[in-house]
Amino acid sequence: MNEASNFFTSKLKDALGWARKFSIFQYPFVTACCGMEYMSTAASHYDIDRFGAGFPRFSPRQSDVLFVVGTISQKMAPVLKTVHDQMCDPKWVVAFGVCTCTGGFYDNYATVMGIDTIIPVDIYIPGCPPRPENVIDGLMKLQDKIQKGEQSRTLYDPNTKIGRPAEVQGAYTVEGHIKHIESRSS
Amino acid sequence: MTDNISVPKPAGLLTPLQRIQEKFPALIKETHAFRGDETAVIQAAGLAEVAAFLKESPELDFNFLMDLSAVDYLFYAGGRIQKEFRFEVVYHFYSLKFNHRIRIKVPLDEKNPEVDSLTGLWSAANWYEREVWDMFGIRFKGHPNLKRILMYEEFQGHPLRKDYPYNKRQPLIGPKT
Repeated sequence: MNEASNFFTSKLKDALGWARKFSIFQYPFVTACCGMEYMSTAASHYDIDRFGAGFPRFSPRQSDVLFVVGTISQKMAPVLKTVHDQMCDPKWVVAFGVCTCTGGFYDNYATVMGIDTIIPVDIYIPGCPPRPENVIDGLMKLQDKIQKGEQSRTLYDPNTKIGRPAEVQGAYTVEGHIKHIESRSS
Repeated sequence: MTDNISVPKPAGLLTPLQRIQEKFPALIKETHAFRGDETAVIQAAGLAEVAAFLKESPELDFNFLMDLSAVDYLFYAGGRIQKEFRFEVVYHFYSLKFNHRIRIKVPLDEKNPEVDSLTGLWSAANWYEREVWDMFGIRFKGHPNLKRILMYEEFQGHPLRKDYPYNKRQPLIGPKT
């Protein structure tokens, strides 16, 4: 009996994950030039509707993947946080482009050094801007994550080493990044 | 040819720079002209007077404030060139009628960076002056609403001043590093 119930709950989880990964309702939080590349990915030529992600909802309450596309300034950061808070669980966040991943080439008073200092991020898509193939690759990795029922919860968890710790949340340096990667793998 | 197209002024008439040099010899500290690009460096106290003349005199008629910006000369040329002032506010004027331009520079010292507002003459000066206040901390006397335009109200300091650390961050939310 116990075995049978385990069988059904695991199959139900698989079915839920399958349903969720092919019905991604995305919220495009588009602030900068990456938006152009996002549009070309979403348009007919690359056709992300093949992945069930072709339907952007412009309300955070009706969407389950937050696409953060473009540089986030310090002034915009509270807005992004509010939009993320307004989304219902389960929710996932995609950092689209290098500015959202690390701050990119901006190292100044105005720019947030990576949105993972504000909200948890599931998938990082680097590039300035990323090519549509790169975006689709990230989207498929996100689908794998959704299928497994995983999502990033915390900004930084010292046990799992998910997220970015405070010492690499400042200005991006190659040395700091390498140090962080090494500490993560050890 | 139709009559309503304004023709360039005939040769022999004075250029805008020559006109203000003639009118305000005491206020002009320095001039520069290169291939019709004319610049006058004006004392801060005389700006309102000169600007009103540029706007209102019929033979100049500078009806368009094209740009208003500022320069911080701290550490200029790596500190090799020392100037007796720190800031310079730069105005670019254009006359749509006569198709001529002039650049006005106003040097300001570090202690009291303040200059007259031109919002009464050109409405376009309003947001430009707010931007210069936001980025450089230069005050504009007589501005109707001199508050930050780009940065948030909680921001401390003026980020385009050369003594503002370029990587200093003042996040509204997130880690305060």
